[in-house]
Amino acid sequence: MLLNATEIQIALHRLACQLIENHNNFEHTVLVGLQPRGVYLAERIKALLVDEYGIKDVPLGYLDITFFRDDFRRSEKPLEANKTQIDFIVEGKKVVFIDDVLFTGRSIRSALTAIQSFGRPEEIELLVLIDRRFSRHLPIQPDYRGRQVDAINGEKVLVRWEEKDGEDAVYLVEQ
Amino acid sequence: MKELSVSHLLGIKYLTTEDIELIFETADHFKEVINRPIKKVPSLRDITIANLFFENSTRTRLSFELAEKRLSADVVNFSAASSSVKKGETLIDTVNNILAMKVDMVVMRHPNPGAGIFLSKHVNARIVNAGDGAHEHPTQALLDAYSIRESLGSVAGKKVAIVGDILHSRVALSNIFALKKLGAEVKLCGPKTLIPKHIESLGVSYEPSLEKTIQWCDAVNMLRVQNERMSMSYFPTTREYAQQYGLTLDHLKALDKQIIVMHPGPINRGVEITSAVADHPQAIILDQVQNGVAIRMAVIYLLAAKIK
Repeated sequence: MLLNATEIQIALHRLACQLIENHNNFEHTVLVGLQPRGVYLAERIKALLVDEYGIKDVPLGYLDITFFRDDFRRSEKPLEANKTQIDFIVEGKKVVFIDDVLFTGRSIRSALTAIQSFGRPEEIELLVLIDRRFSRHLPIQPDYRGRQVDAINGEKVLVRWEEKDGEDAVYLVEQ
Repeated sequence: MKELSVSHLLGIKYLTTEDIELIFETADHFKEVINRPIKKVPSLRDITIANLFFENSTRTRLSFELAEKRLSADVVNFSAASSSVKKGETLIDTVNNILAMKVDMVVMRHPNPGAGIFLSKHVNARIVNAGDGAHEHPTQALLDAYSIRESLGSVAGKKVAIVGDILHSRVALSNIFALKKLGAEVKLCGPKTLIPKHIESLGVSYEPSLEKTIQWCDAVNMLRVQNERMSMSYFPTTREYAQQYGLTLDHLKALDKQIIVMHPGPINRGVEITSAVADHPQAIILDQVQNGVAIRMAVIYLLAAKIK
């Protein structure tokens, strides 16, 4: 186990505070959770910002990158899409991408392309709970990270959420 | 993870209910995509698609082309009027010549029933049937059923009437297959001369009266009278047809419920449907057109996933 429920909670609070440092009252900022696994983290962060830190209006959207991936027809199994729901204009806004694990960086590359369909953001930042070192295929780094992990290729980082999997925990498992 | 059970879309007959559900779920995502400010995704940027239309078409061809372009596929168009077909080339030769230029998928409309099935056995490409004679028009049936699902919440258990020229209609046959597979009840209505014999064997019923039919149904699909396919007179005059089988505003007002009115286009205003009905809020004709792009994107996307 990499993180238990308490450690995740502490990391979430720290990430929320770091966001507030940079974005004040979120007047020009929108959060975008990446489908499928980033949305749980995004919802947690939003709930913290609203309930614990009194930020009034934090727009949150969900972005699905399936149709923007660079491994269509290269992966063994067909890619299944998820819901994209972005009910606000990202034109001129500061966008914060939220995902659970940053691994090769390819999902983020796809998300950078996908978000352009919704306008031209002023800037884009990346928040991840787990940042896997030594595994990047692209020059992409997070702006906010919960925990940096040294994991080799045969290992897999598994993030589990209470609302989906019945517990808050992060595991490092052998594949 | 799901994928289609077929490698070509030749007809609804060859699809499973799960295939149809998968196409609908995928179309939901593409419907969201085509309502974005930038209506394009890069999924198929390494795929080339040829649209072969050996028969006239405006909306189907446009709809396919838009669907392909919104998936970022490369598109080449071909129409029989300006081609070597006129010089005596066979269908297989025509298509193999096109495939030699590295085309991955062929969308074809052809006046002969079964042309797509024939082609799929002889050439190495994914085939999408965009209408083959009076046989099938699968994407139209998919978008019709998808529009019913969107307007009425589901297709299963709904009562759908198909009115008009069933005999010459590939839309009707594909619709019957699709609606039955999704669990809807289907009733046909129209002059007896335009109803194929033994159609009941497909599990549908026939009702000669338009009034009784719309009294029964939740959705009505009004088909065009295909004069261009008629070699003899099936009814006395167009005016008489319009009086007996044309859907009017009075019909809709006489009902104690709201039914949805569909039409695959092109509409002959004043024949099978009056202008007042065509422009009525209960008519979802233009929604069908929009859904057509999403459905075709879903079909092409799911078939492209099977190119290895």
